[in-house]
Amino acid sequence: MAEYRILPPRSEKLLAGLFITGGIVLFAVVAPFLVQDPRFSGNDAFLPPSADHLLGTTKLGYDVLAQLAHGARGSLLVGLAAAAIAIALSLIFGIFAGYAGGWTDEVLTMVTNIMLVIPGLPLVMVIAVYAQSRSLWLVAFILGITGWAGSAVVLRSQARSLRSRDYVEASQVAGERTWRILLVEILPNLLPLLAAQFLFAVVFAILGEAGLSFIGLGPNGSITWGTMITEAYGGNAMSAGAWWWFVPPGLLIAVFGAGLSLVNFSIDEVVNPKLRVVAETGDRRRAPEAAAPAAAPVQPAEPKAEVTA
Amino acid sequence: MRYYLRRAAFYAITVWAAISLNFLIPRLMPGDPADIMLAKMARSGEVAPGVERTIRLLLGSDTNQTPWEQYVAYWGSLLRGDLGVSVTKFPTPVTELISAALPWSIGLLGLATVISFVLGIAAGAWIGWRRGTWVDHIIPGSTLLQSLPYFWVALLLVYGFAVVNPWFPRIGGYDVFTFDGPEATAEFVGSVIYHGVLPALTVVLSSFGGWLLGMRNMMVSTLSEDYITTAEAKGLRRSRILIGYAVRNAALPSIAGFGISLAFVVTGAIVMEQVFTYPGLGKLMITAVQGNDFALMQGLFLVITLTVLAATFLMDIVYGFVDPRTRLNG
Repeated sequence: MAEYRILPPRSEKLLAGLFITGGIVLFAVVAPFLVQDPRFSGNDAFLPPSADHLLGTTKLGYDVLAQLAHGARGSLLVGLAAAAIAIALSLIFGIFAGYAGGWTDEVLTMVTNIMLVIPGLPLVMVIAVYAQSRSLWLVAFILGITGWAGSAVVLRSQARSLRSRDYVEASQVAGERTWRILLVEILPNLLPLLAAQFLFAVVFAILGEAGLSFIGLGPNGSITWGTMITEAYGGNAMSAGAWWWFVPPGLLIAVFGAGLSLVNFSIDEVVNPKLRVVAETGDRRRAPEAAAPAAAPVQPAEPKAEVTA
Repeated sequence: MRYYLRRAAFYAITVWAAISLNFLIPRLMPGDPADIMLAKMARSGEVAPGVERTIRLLLGSDTNQTPWEQYVAYWGSLLRGDLGVSVTKFPTPVTELISAALPWSIGLLGLATVISFVLGIAAGAWIGWRRGTWVDHIIPGSTLLQSLPYFWVALLLVYGFAVVNPWFPRIGGYDVFTFDGPEATAEFVGSVIYHGVLPALTVVLSSFGGWLLGMRNMMVSTLSEDYITTAEAKGLRRSRILIGYAVRNAALPSIAGFGISLAFVVTGAIVMEQVFTYPGLGKLMITAVQGNDFALMQGLFLVITLTVLAATFLMDIVYGFVDPRTRLNG
């Protein structure tokens, strides 16, 4: 009996991914309390890493580790908030469109496809320029409303295929209301996919925020990994040889992204059993048949019972 | 034929939407966009009298026209190829600035994207084909590549290969001390290639991981299809199965998704150009944003979007050739 779950039981990729992601989240939550004020400029400038300043100091004497810790908080907040907005929109444009079908689907899909091919950053820049002052939340909002299209496409195609499953048709025949079918029958089956899309949206938003900050359209007055790299670039960290200033924030973005990608990989292997690599020796074998229906095995029995009753 | 018509219709609508979005965004924002712009400009220096009029005309905030009339007028000037006058480089027309920058971006990004695409597909196919062996350990590394911020890679490359080891030039698209401007000589072309190495490497490094992972996943899925088993049972050569059966089918989603990925690449490249002070559209866009050069910004948004759409459309036509099923089903 295949048990329904979002994540596979155990895999090295998943463990590594969770370890990296969890570590960085923990760093963002705890570290800001343990470091000095990120804007304390009493230290000497351009100190290389030492026992006092584990990651050295910046041109203005800020402690890089302190900046990194507060920056982690800023970047993750932007990432999570933007991803939440993006996922909410992709649920509307993806699942609703996929389930509704007909004209609603045509129109919503058209909007999605248009948003998909319009390059994100120029659009975000044009919007961001008009805002008088940009808070962290506004930046997250802008990234959220421009970054949902990719997820919507994925969710829509899955929702479309779920729509014609027997148990969904059964609950339609049984007279269940549309929102109940969407929430109780369809949404649970989309959870792994939704989780993967959410993680992807977080990375996308963190990268987007970093890019925006770099061109001077980031959040005013907040510290994020993006603003750190920007200040390092503007403060001639490269010519001064202060690699400890600009390497850590970018590396953390990349490592955090990699951690989430590894988690995503494991989720993908649940959604698409074909991706599970079974062969150890290099000759190709087919994935075991038992693994095949993992994407949608949930509770088909219950709604069917309603029909026959 | 129906496939091409449908795609053409889709792109026509998308172009219309992009152009309308360009018109709508400033008008949807809270407050009077022209006042915000003028206030911003006043903070950074004096506003020339001509500029205020240009901005008000562009944003249509002081005229008595209805929004619909503004929209029609906007289309009219677009069709005449009039995108307004730049403020940062007053009074150069926006179209002139853009057409000077466009070849740089298209040349650099076009070449880098093709290299990255081909490399990524080849590597992804190989890793997928040899799945279950040691090559699987490359995957975690490539997820790291996938989420690299473009401009950070650019900074690292500049630091490593232009500052610490001064092998490559740090800024510019060509040697500005030797050449007054673009010219058609072998030396100039050499200089352009020499200056383009690091920017191109940035794009390839940062976008390669995405192609690789996508292709690898499709390859692994494709390899468990029945027709692969059949091909093996027929006793076909391994190389033929790999290229004719597996890669050919596994590459389809990558080609279909090319436009979407391209939109991502363009986004990253805009910021990357700033690091190298590369004379392309991205650099121009950032100049426009920092100088509150409104006409230039909107013109750039339009041109970048249209260029990406054109490339995507081209790829769709290619897709129609590669996968005959699309032509049949529409």
